[in-house]
Amino acid sequence: MTTTAPTTATTPPPAPDSMIGAARITMRDQSGAGDHLGEVERKLGLLETLWDSGFVRKALLLVLLGVIWEIYGRALQNPLLFPTLSETFESMRDGVMSGVLPMRAWSSIKVLLMGYVAGVLLAAILTIAAINTRVGTDFLETMTAMFSPLPAIALLPLALIWFGLGNGSLVFILIHSVLWAVALNTHSGFRSVSQTMRMVGRNYGLRGLAYVFRILIPAAFPSILTGLKIGWAFAWRTLIAAELVFGVSSGQGGLGWYIFENRNLLDIPAVFAGLLTVIVIGLVVENLIFRTLERRTVLKWGMQN
Amino acid sequence: MNAPTPAQPLLDVSGVTLRYKTPGVLVTATERVSFSVNRSDRFVLLGPSGCGKSTLLKAVGGYLTPSEGSITIKGRKVTEPGADRMMVFQEFDQLLPWRTVLENVMFPLQVARRLGRKEAEEKARHALEKVNLTRAVDSYPHTLSGGMKQRVAIARGMAMEPDILLMDEPFAALDALTRRTCQDELLQLWEDTKFTVLFVTHSIAEAIKIGNRILLLSPHPGRVKAEVVDVDKVSPTDGTAGQLEKKIHELLFADEAAHAE
Repeated sequence: MTTTAPTTATTPPPAPDSMIGAARITMRDQSGAGDHLGEVERKLGLLETLWDSGFVRKALLLVLLGVIWEIYGRALQNPLLFPTLSETFESMRDGVMSGVLPMRAWSSIKVLLMGYVAGVLLAAILTIAAINTRVGTDFLETMTAMFSPLPAIALLPLALIWFGLGNGSLVFILIHSVLWAVALNTHSGFRSVSQTMRMVGRNYGLRGLAYVFRILIPAAFPSILTGLKIGWAFAWRTLIAAELVFGVSSGQGGLGWYIFENRNLLDIPAVFAGLLTVIVIGLVVENLIFRTLERRTVLKWGMQN
Repeated sequence: MNAPTPAQPLLDVSGVTLRYKTPGVLVTATERVSFSVNRSDRFVLLGPSGCGKSTLLKAVGGYLTPSEGSITIKGRKVTEPGADRMMVFQEFDQLLPWRTVLENVMFPLQVARRLGRKEAEEKARHALEKVNLTRAVDSYPHTLSGGMKQRVAIARGMAMEPDILLMDEPFAALDALTRRTCQDELLQLWEDTKFTVLFVTHSIAEAIKIGNRILLLSPHPGRVKAEVVDVDKVSPTDGTAGQLEKKIHELLFADEAAHAE
C-alpha cells in the first residue's frame, strides 16, 4: 500500500492542517478557486448533431451520386446504354405496379431462404460434431479447406445434371455457398471461447447440448453472426448469378432472370431497375435485419464495438 | 445428509499428486499434498508462482484428476466439476456477457439447483444486496468495473450456498484500493454466513488478512512446507500480523536465500 502526503504548501491553508508524525496534510479550498470554471459538457448544435450521424452523411452522399447519375444520363441521351435515374425509377415503378418485379423478387428470396436455412442447419450439425469429437474436427477442417475456395457457381453444371432445371439445383449450390462460410466462422468462434468461460459452464454442471447452447453459442455469437452475414452475402450473389444462367423453373424466374430477360428485350431501364432491386434487398437485409440482430445481441453485451 | 463431524473434515485432500502435459513435457505441479478443510474455515493456499496452488484448486474444482491420492468432499470423491464447489476466478470474463448481473447470479441457481425463476431471482437479489450491488442488477457485465465484476462473481458463488467456495486469486487483478475494499467485504460476508472458503493467493498480506488457516507451498514441484493455524488471532494493530508476515516470508524464501549464499 502506498500513501502519498503532500509536502509543499505555498498558499495559506483554507482548512485546518493536520500533522501525522512529521508529515503534514494541507487541505485545498475547492469552492473559491473560481477564476475559470471548467466546462464540463455543452450541447451540440443541430447541424453538428446531424453531421455526426452516419446515416445522414451517407444519405447525402447517395443523393449526390444520384444527381451525378441523372446529369450523366441526360447528357448521354442513350437509354440503351445508360438510362437516367428517373427512367430507372419509372421502370421500377411500372415493374412494381404490374406485380412482375415483386413476384420475381419473392421467387428469388424464397429459394434463397430455403438454401440459407438448410445451409445454416447443416453447418450447425457439422460444427457441433466438430467440437465434440476429434474426427468431427478433422472432417470439418478438411471439408472447409477443400470446398471453401470452390465458387458455388462452378457446381451449377453438375447440379443441373443431378437435380434438373429447377429450384433443387439452386438450393444445392446455395447450401454449398452458405455451409462452409458459416461452419468455418462458427467453429473458430467456438474455439476462441475463453478457458474461464468454459470452466464456468462446467462448474454449473452443464454438459453436452445444454453446454453448447447455453455457453458456447452465446459466447461465440460475434463470430457466428459474422459467419451468417458472410453466408448471406455469398448466397445472394450466387443466387443472382445462377438465375442469370438459367433461372426459369416452371415459368417463374427470379430477379436474375428478370435482368437477363429485359436485357434480351433491350429494356435497359428495367435491367437497371432489377439491379437496383438486388441492391435494395441486400441493403435491407444487411442494415435492418443483421444490424438489429447485432444491436440486440453483441453490441448490447459489449462483445463487439 | 451426513453432517461432517470433527473427525470427518468437509474437504479432504490426501496425498495428491497432479501432473499435466505440455507439448513434450510432463509437468508435476504438486507432489503428495495433503490437507483438510473444516466447515467455516477460511483456508488459504499460499505460495510463490509455480507451487501448483491454482492447479490444486482446479483439482478440487474437479477440472483435473489427481494421478495419485484422492480428494473427497463430505465423504464423496471429487470426479468432475459441480455446483457444490462454486468457483470464483481471477479473470474478469468469468461473468457471462450476454446476461445481466441479476441473470448471471440467477443462471446457476436455475440450471444447477433447478430452482424456479421466482425463487432464483429472490436468492440472487438477496446475494447482490449483500455485496452492495443493488443498483447494478440490470446492467450488463461489460459496463461494470473490475471490482464490481468480482463482487458479482462472489455473489453468484454465495447465492448457490455451495459446500465450499473456491477462490482463485479473485482480487489479484484489482487495483490496491479496490482490493482492500473487496477483502473487507469478503470478511464481512463471512461474518454473516460463515461459509467455507478455499482461497488461493500469492500475497502473504492477503493470506493473513483473509485466512484463519494458511497452507504454505514450496515450488517445483508444489509440496506442503508448513501449515499456519489460528491466523485470525494475530492483529495488525499490535504488530503480530507484521511479524507473522515476516516469518512466512522467511519460510517461503529460505531456500532461495540458502542458494544465494
